[in-house]
Amino acid sequence: MINQYDILETIRMIQDECLDIRTITMGISLLDCIDTDIDKACKKVYDKITYKARDLVKVGEQIEKELGIPIINKRISVTPIAMISAACKCSPVPFAKAMDEAAKAVGVNLIGGYSALVQKGFSAGDKELIESIPEALACTERVCSSVNIGSTKTGINLDACKIMGRIVKEAAEATVDSACFGAAKLVVFCNAVDDNPFMAGAFHGVGEPDCMINVGVSGPGVVRAALRKYPDADITKIADVIKTISYKITRVGQLVGMMASKRLGVEFGIVDLSLAPTPAVGDSVAHILEEIGLERCGTHGTTACLALLNDAVKKGGVMACSRIGGLSGAFIPVSEDAGMIDAAESGVLSIEKLEAMTAVCSVGLDMIVVPGDTEPDTIAAIIADEAAIGMVNTKTTAVRVIPAIGMKEGDSLDWGGLFGKGPVMPLHRESASKFINRGGQIPAPLHSLKN
Amino acid sequence: MRAVITVIGKDAVGILAKVSTVCAGYNANVIEVTQSVIEDLFAMIMLVDISKINVDFADMADALSKKGDEEWGLKVLVMHEDIFNCMHHI
Repeated sequence: MINQYDILETIRMIQDECLDIRTITMGISLLDCIDTDIDKACKKVYDKITYKARDLVKVGEQIEKELGIPIINKRISVTPIAMISAACKCSPVPFAKAMDEAAKAVGVNLIGGYSALVQKGFSAGDKELIESIPEALACTERVCSSVNIGSTKTGINLDACKIMGRIVKEAAEATVDSACFGAAKLVVFCNAVDDNPFMAGAFHGVGEPDCMINVGVSGPGVVRAALRKYPDADITKIADVIKTISYKITRVGQLVGMMASKRLGVEFGIVDLSLAPTPAVGDSVAHILEEIGLERCGTHGTTACLALLNDAVKKGGVMACSRIGGLSGAFIPVSEDAGMIDAAESGVLSIEKLEAMTAVCSVGLDMIVVPGDTEPDTIAAIIADEAAIGMVNTKTTAVRVIPAIGMKEGDSLDWGGLFGKGPVMPLHRESASKFINRGGQIPAPLHSLKN
Repeated sequence: MRAVITVIGKDAVGILAKVSTVCAGYNANVIEVTQSVIEDLFAMIMLVDISKINVDFADMADALSKKGDEEWGLKVLVMHEDIFNCMHHI
């Protein structure tokens, strides 16, 4: 018989420590939906998504019941829409509406891929798509958008940084009535990955197969609970404990992915081994860092603890599944993590410390609320800083900041649910406009020349 | 194919009988049972063969948990053995 201790351990992880599968994301290529007639193209997009993903939610729920583990989200990512809309030569907003309707029809809560890849420059359709993002996010409910403005191979497109600084602000302004939520559905990337299952940054890369299943696991609560059993262990042991537990978490992700891919008749892509927090009690990455030995996340030592956590999660997960991908590491979204919210509200966690943390974690400045009167060029400069960290360290970085229109330091935005709430964090007031307005391309670093 | 049924709750007469009767109704064969009562807390782990059940396994899992919640006042978890095997065995 299966060991009784193992059974109880698994049950405790799920029931008490918030272990869950964060998302099953179906990636769907829309390259065969291109048409010069936008109405025809949108119909093809709607038809393909609703056909491919017709059983996604049903199969997800079935697996959830059979294994007894919650699968929180079922989602869809599609080919960056700028590539599909380019041929239409008009505003691509109807594509966002088609995506939104398709998402509603199949019952997924978010659909990603209203995206453009402009790390080296703009091709046909890219600028139209980027300019339409605020409107697209305001007039749809479930569509998520992302723009890749830099990479280690190409350097950073500073013109795109400037535009995105303004677009982020406009996305917030266009959704003032829903707590500036538009900006929470928009991510600006450096080194964006093609198979990320997590929103809002998911899109289906052009090198991917026609349709595939990617799985994102979670489980910060499980890691914290495991560490709590070793209050006096040295840091090497701590890394080992994280590796062991991350192996177990990832195995479940692999199992769920294999079952889903078999039942849906779709190729299994990757497991993304990310520790993704939620605002729920006991589901916080910040609390893991505090368990390691910090009085409060954000104080000195935070970067070192996060680096250890991020690395140990990868090492534990690598052996547990056949293919890993996505972002794989630890997420530090401020508003979605109870410990981060506390740390930010108490003033211990600053945006500068978060920036340092992004050099060693899996993504970037995520779900950070900034003052509503922040200049677009300041947001552009934040994007450029973050992209520079990603470019030089050959890692993915992202910026998802939410300008809280009409609010200032001391206020907070509250979206509820998985998106949580965040206090307005102070930014420097000194301008970076001259730098941003120089435009052009920040050249790729020397270590990009690997051939 | 086997599943693990875990039952936790206040001890009472006939818990094992109730759960195994429902299993029998679905044609799920009980292979092994371990149970313990600590003070008045009842905990049981049951291994059942589900290869010949007469309903969808997800529906059976759902029905047992619902019965546990609504009729018996017990927490009943029904999980496919795969989740334990994958997590604890290489």
